[in-house]
Amino acid sequence: MISFSRIAAVFIKELVQMRRDRPTFAIMIMVPVMQLALFGFAINTDPRHLPTAVELRDDGPLSRALLASLRQSTYVEITEIVHSDAEGEDLLRSGKVNFLIVIPENFEKEFVRGERPQLLVAADASDPVAASGVVGAINEIARRAFAPELDRLPRNLRSGAPPYEVVIHRQYNPEGVTAFNIVPGLLGVILTMTMTMITSIALTRERERGTYEALLSTPVRPLEIMVGKTTPYIIVGAIQTAIILLAARYVFHIPFMGDALAFLLVVSLFILTNLMLGYLISTVAKTQMQAMQMTFFVFLPSILLSGFMFPFRAMPGWARALGEAIPNTHFLRMVREIMLKGAGMGDIAGDLAPLLLILLVLAGVALLRFQRTLD
Amino acid sequence: MKGEAVIDVRGLTKRFGDKTVVDHFDLKVPRGSIYGFLGPNGSGKTTTIRMVCGLLKPDEGEGTCLGYDVLHDSVQIKTHVGYMTQRFSLYEDLSIRENLEFFTRLYGLDNMRRRVDDAIASLGLEGRATQLAGSLSGGWKQRLALAACMIHEPQLLLLDEPTAGVDPKARRDFWDTIRAYAREGVTTLVSTHYMDEAVQCDRIAYIAYGKKLLDAPTAEIPGRLGLHAFKIDNGDLEKLSATLKGAPGVEILARFGASIHVCGRDRDKLAAAVDSVRGEPGVRISEIEAGLEEAFIYLMTESDDNFSVETAA
Repeated sequence: MISFSRIAAVFIKELVQMRRDRPTFAIMIMVPVMQLALFGFAINTDPRHLPTAVELRDDGPLSRALLASLRQSTYVEITEIVHSDAEGEDLLRSGKVNFLIVIPENFEKEFVRGERPQLLVAADASDPVAASGVVGAINEIARRAFAPELDRLPRNLRSGAPPYEVVIHRQYNPEGVTAFNIVPGLLGVILTMTMTMITSIALTRERERGTYEALLSTPVRPLEIMVGKTTPYIIVGAIQTAIILLAARYVFHIPFMGDALAFLLVVSLFILTNLMLGYLISTVAKTQMQAMQMTFFVFLPSILLSGFMFPFRAMPGWARALGEAIPNTHFLRMVREIMLKGAGMGDIAGDLAPLLLILLVLAGVALLRFQRTLD
Repeated sequence: MKGEAVIDVRGLTKRFGDKTVVDHFDLKVPRGSIYGFLGPNGSGKTTTIRMVCGLLKPDEGEGTCLGYDVLHDSVQIKTHVGYMTQRFSLYEDLSIRENLEFFTRLYGLDNMRRRVDDAIASLGLEGRATQLAGSLSGGWKQRLALAACMIHEPQLLLLDEPTAGVDPKARRDFWDTIRAYAREGVTTLVSTHYMDEAVQCDRIAYIAYGKKLLDAPTAEIPGRLGLHAFKIDNGDLEKLSATLKGAPGVEILARFGASIHVCGRDRDKLAAAVDSVRGEPGVRISEIEAGLEEAFIYLMTESDDNFSVETAA
């Protein structure tokens, strides 16, 4: 027979234990709140206000009309006006802008003559989702800009095709293959997940199994334990990286354009950062279970807020600010820049510095939190 | 190292929250002695041991362990002390050899191979060095743990209830080893609940509520307490127990197999109480010398279990 009093006994016990286990309880409450906040507000797959550079080679009324129309549009935000190809390409490769719109020389002249001048739009398609919105909207933006001018044109030019041509170049990922974006991103996500999780139980497991006390009763120093415990996993991380790189190359046919040495540096730094993050968790968590939950807690934002799943630029300011504090954000940018855009050491410095800073802060806090006594 | 005391601490105090676990504790342990810590659960034995070996920082008090300051020199103390925890604290997923090697490296010792081989040989585990520590029986785990905390040849051994859950044979072997170390000049501080282990100690400190109630050479303890005892054989022991329990002068009443021991500090009152049952059929009464057993039962009755006191307070 099923006894309700026995069920009640177990039910009450679980409730009591849940209440006692504050961190778990907090996480259970926080996860849905966080999910709602992230999915509801932060994540917007229809990115707007993407930074855009305009290369202005022809400065006439038509160009100004196009600029005005672009400024009115919510899709792009004109952050730079440049006058040479080199400047424009630099901006695009370093990721400072997502689009480069080139108004060629003699655009206006050819326009009026009906010679159909080309309006060039270079899109950074390494993140195809971010690029697609603007690519879809650019024709409409141009049509609106040139509409008043079109009315003044001879009738024979008004009908049929517009007297200009919008040429779109999807750069770094010409076919808009999602895998180009996802696979390098996966490298970051997988390393975050596994490296953090594995060290998050480093000290917790010792504490749970009772070996912590014996360990602490020896003259070993906190830094020695930290280094000794995390180093083995650098090898694991390196193997994971190799597997993903091989898959990227031979399964997904993703090019590797950039500097291998820069890549090695970035990956090593990123692995270390995640190991330190896990180690920090293990100085806080009381049980292995708690450590796992905390790992999941930091894992979620590094998927959702890092630009892995959704375009970083599509997120509101507060979410982007949060994202800047996540190691994966910087890692993803650097890896995409190196792999897809052929970036070198100089191009990634802007993301390398914050990653290094995060690493040092994590390691420092972990060491401070590490108690040499059982107090 | 100065003086003859291996451990010399005064006024050690440790609080967790607003609870004082160890309260102004003094302890002087002479070199080469086996010193016993007795007391009910939660009386502060483990906390005291942890403070002595640098695992916990005392809130108050001062003193030295092996000549090193217990407040500031915890690294040196750890280097020269062997501490065996109450719970098995070696790595169950490492082999016997791997465990010993791990601790040899942690202490930064040379001749690792020889040390580990010697330890395995002295354990008599030559053929089983690759066996996982987790697969050993309770008794073997204790011996391995002892070997691990002796690997750096410490001058002081701190053992926290080392034989809890170990069978009597293994316990006796364990104590043979401890005495052998003592002959070599190793000092041992050991906490225990077992009377047969307490008897093996040269000196005993009895602790309750974090305070030392008694500190004396083991043989002198019954005399110090001024206990008198009578042994009652035969007769209806149930009925006799009921009559004697709570009778004036009877401070402890304990059953030992087919006899009852009654103890008290006032010999006249105790004798009067015993006389009152002398007429019962078949009863044989004899006065005995109060032993350690009686002494500890007396002490425990006096101090009770610490947890019950706490909840009442």
